[in-house]
Amino acid sequence: MSAPHAEQVTSALPHEPEKATLEGRNKVLAFWLFLGGESVLFGTLFATFLALREQIADGPSADELFKLPTVAAATFILLVSSLTSVFAIQAMHKGNRKSLSLWLIVTVILGLGFLGLEIYEFAEYVNHEKFGMTTSAFSSAFYTLVGFHGAHVLFGVVWISLLIGQLAKKGLTVVTAPKIYVSAMYWHFIDVVWVFIFTVVYLLGKVG
Amino acid sequence: MAHAHSVKRHTGLMDWLTTVDHKKIGILYLIAGALFFGIGGIEALMIRWQLIKPMNDFVSAQTFNELITMHGTTMIFLGVMPLIFALMNAVVPLQIGARDVAFPFLNSLGFWTFLFGGILLNISWMMGGAPDAGWTAYTPLSTTAYSGTHGVDFYTVGLQIAGLGTLIGGINFLATVITMRAPGMTFMRMPMFTWTAFITSAIILFAFPAITVGLVLLSFDRILGANFFEVSNGGNPVLWQHIFWIFGHPEVYILILPAFGVISDVIPTFARKRLFGYSSMVFATILIAFLGFMVWAHHMFTTGMGPVANALFSISTMLIAVPTGIKIFNWLFTLWGGQIRFTSANLYASGFIPTFVMGGVTGVMLASAPADYQFHDTYFVVAHFHYVIVGGLVLGLFSGLHYWWPKMFGRVLDEKLGKIGFWFFIIGFHLTFFVQHFLGLMGMQRRIFTYLPGQGFDTLNLVSTVGALMMGVGVLVFLLNVVVTTRRPADAPNDPWEDGRTLEWSIPSPPPEYNFKQTPLVRGLDAYWKEKMAGHTEMTPAEPVGPIHMPSASILPFVMSVGIFVAGLGFMYHQYLVVGLGLIVTFVCMAIRSLYDDHGWHIDPEETTEKGVKA
Repeated sequence: MSAPHAEQVTSALPHEPEKATLEGRNKVLAFWLFLGGESVLFGTLFATFLALREQIADGPSADELFKLPTVAAATFILLVSSLTSVFAIQAMHKGNRKSLSLWLIVTVILGLGFLGLEIYEFAEYVNHEKFGMTTSAFSSAFYTLVGFHGAHVLFGVVWISLLIGQLAKKGLTVVTAPKIYVSAMYWHFIDVVWVFIFTVVYLLGKVG
Repeated sequence: MAHAHSVKRHTGLMDWLTTVDHKKIGILYLIAGALFFGIGGIEALMIRWQLIKPMNDFVSAQTFNELITMHGTTMIFLGVMPLIFALMNAVVPLQIGARDVAFPFLNSLGFWTFLFGGILLNISWMMGGAPDAGWTAYTPLSTTAYSGTHGVDFYTVGLQIAGLGTLIGGINFLATVITMRAPGMTFMRMPMFTWTAFITSAIILFAFPAITVGLVLLSFDRILGANFFEVSNGGNPVLWQHIFWIFGHPEVYILILPAFGVISDVIPTFARKRLFGYSSMVFATILIAFLGFMVWAHHMFTTGMGPVANALFSISTMLIAVPTGIKIFNWLFTLWGGQIRFTSANLYASGFIPTFVMGGVTGVMLASAPADYQFHDTYFVVAHFHYVIVGGLVLGLFSGLHYWWPKMFGRVLDEKLGKIGFWFFIIGFHLTFFVQHFLGLMGMQRRIFTYLPGQGFDTLNLVSTVGALMMGVGVLVFLLNVVVTTRRPADAPNDPWEDGRTLEWSIPSPPPEYNFKQTPLVRGLDAYWKEKMAGHTEMTPAEPVGPIHMPSASILPFVMSVGIFVAGLGFMYHQYLVVGLGLIVTFVCMAIRSLYDDHGWHIDPEETTEKGVKA
């Protein structure tokens, strides 16, 4: 029952290369656990935001601040990037390295697009709406929650970019496959978090 | 083997800085934990010395605040948690028949981040004052308005870094227990210590991210001028209390469950009986962990949450007494009719049972919300949590250290000194804290730096201080024991207690680097005992002798932790260039780890005959 170690798999790539070795399976399992912890992290940030979202002090309210078209565009971009990372994993399972790299590159570009929109949004708030970290409890909670998510996206973009480089250099192996698989899990997770941010922060801010 | 990777084997200091061997990391945790335990203990003695008589001026009020804050924080996060991790590292892989943990590299990273977080917190003494807002750091006391030095910044940043290390360790042990068990080692055959280590790791995973966020919010308030707890801009100080205790209450179960595990392993060994009610022990552990997340607001009865919330949290808290009671009775029934040997380890375990019950009973008293209005913030609370943490966890740790010391170091601790240390410690403990119940009921508040004469506090405080000194003597006797024992030859047999029941006693003391020459086949609960009863002297192997794959040592975890340490220090002093530099070091190390594959190396069958690594 014991799975072979990474360097013992020499033949053609198995169907699910990310789970072919003990190291790979450990990595996937531990990453699920890590995402469990991340859920608590974001859960606490969401709870903080919900507790403080009405506390606008002398600053602007959510309703005055948010412009849904930009946010909707960002949401669309990020959701599509999740889809492209699914295509990447499908390509990986077919053993098609070229297609895998291509879809990862598309994912990274979409991630960068999302980050660009977010930075633009934050800059608008700070420069034109006088809405900074220190404005109100609402502003602090907003920047911390959305900023934490943005930092996660940034980390994901750098991570996946490095993986694309590794893929070019080392090829698709039982060592690189688990890395790509968990990076896709990570990418889906921050996508799900964004869906909650879109609903709880932006939509609720407009109607609530 | 086709892949003969050349591997550089480090020696001396470099070996310890780069090791990924769980047994050595366990020893590192032990040394670091003992160091911080000593610092926290000295702080405790200074607190007690200040309170020895009314109107004492041994330390100033400010220093006293720093002492109580650092005593609590150091003991919990940097003293006992690493000691728990020391035992987990030393024992869990052996108990499940594994050659190492699931992620040896992460194991090392977890240790070094914890250590550098602890160092960051403690250098506050030399950098303008330690944190002074209590270990709970309640806002607004911990905001810049009331705590103007950098003390609380050291608290937020230091704990953040140390907490990261703990979280990494928790994930590692969860994965280890899930995937690395030997053939036949089903979940319901795992020794209780491994079970509790597993459940504790799960609590760590779900509790620590909450304090991570809490500390981020507090440091943003203090360093970036955010308004989470700033009432004038819409912030809410009660939010901190909720976030802190959503983490803080599970934290006490993170601490106590491994002690339960130690006791559940020590008592059957020295009673020569299998543990009474093994499966109920497992489910009680899981139930305690689950309920532990449902009770946090019992720390906030007097905050003004209203009768409904108070009633609910009151009831959920009292519920925890049920699974805990199950455990107490199971230990008693295990002892009942056993051939009991009172070794030092078993003395600590037997002392644990009544002491912990007393802490549990005051816990139920405190759970009653109306009564808590009287007990709140008095020495009654101080007595209660020291009964569960010192009388529970620390006795459990000493029991475990005496029990597994031969497995960690190849030498059995001196029994005579062990017993002397035990009696000093337990008598000193009860002298210190039993009287504090009454001090609390008489109205002495916790965290006051002095008191007026003539309130009936004088004698009881004197008794308490004398007791604390006795506990100090008990710890010194233990240290003496360690020194004396270390000077003796390392000649402990595989199973020095002769009645070992679990897998760790089937291999040499200390075990070789690869633990098991052949992965053992597990045929039941108390795997090694089962083989003994079948007339075998060793485990049945589950695999032929072959080359053993080992992970490579690495300096990267150490360098990454230094990077985080530098970044944290820079953040506190608004030196963002330094922050960037520190983070770059850390992220570059991460990239290096990802870019260069670690193939590990192999130990050939011919090399596996030598006896264990010397520590």
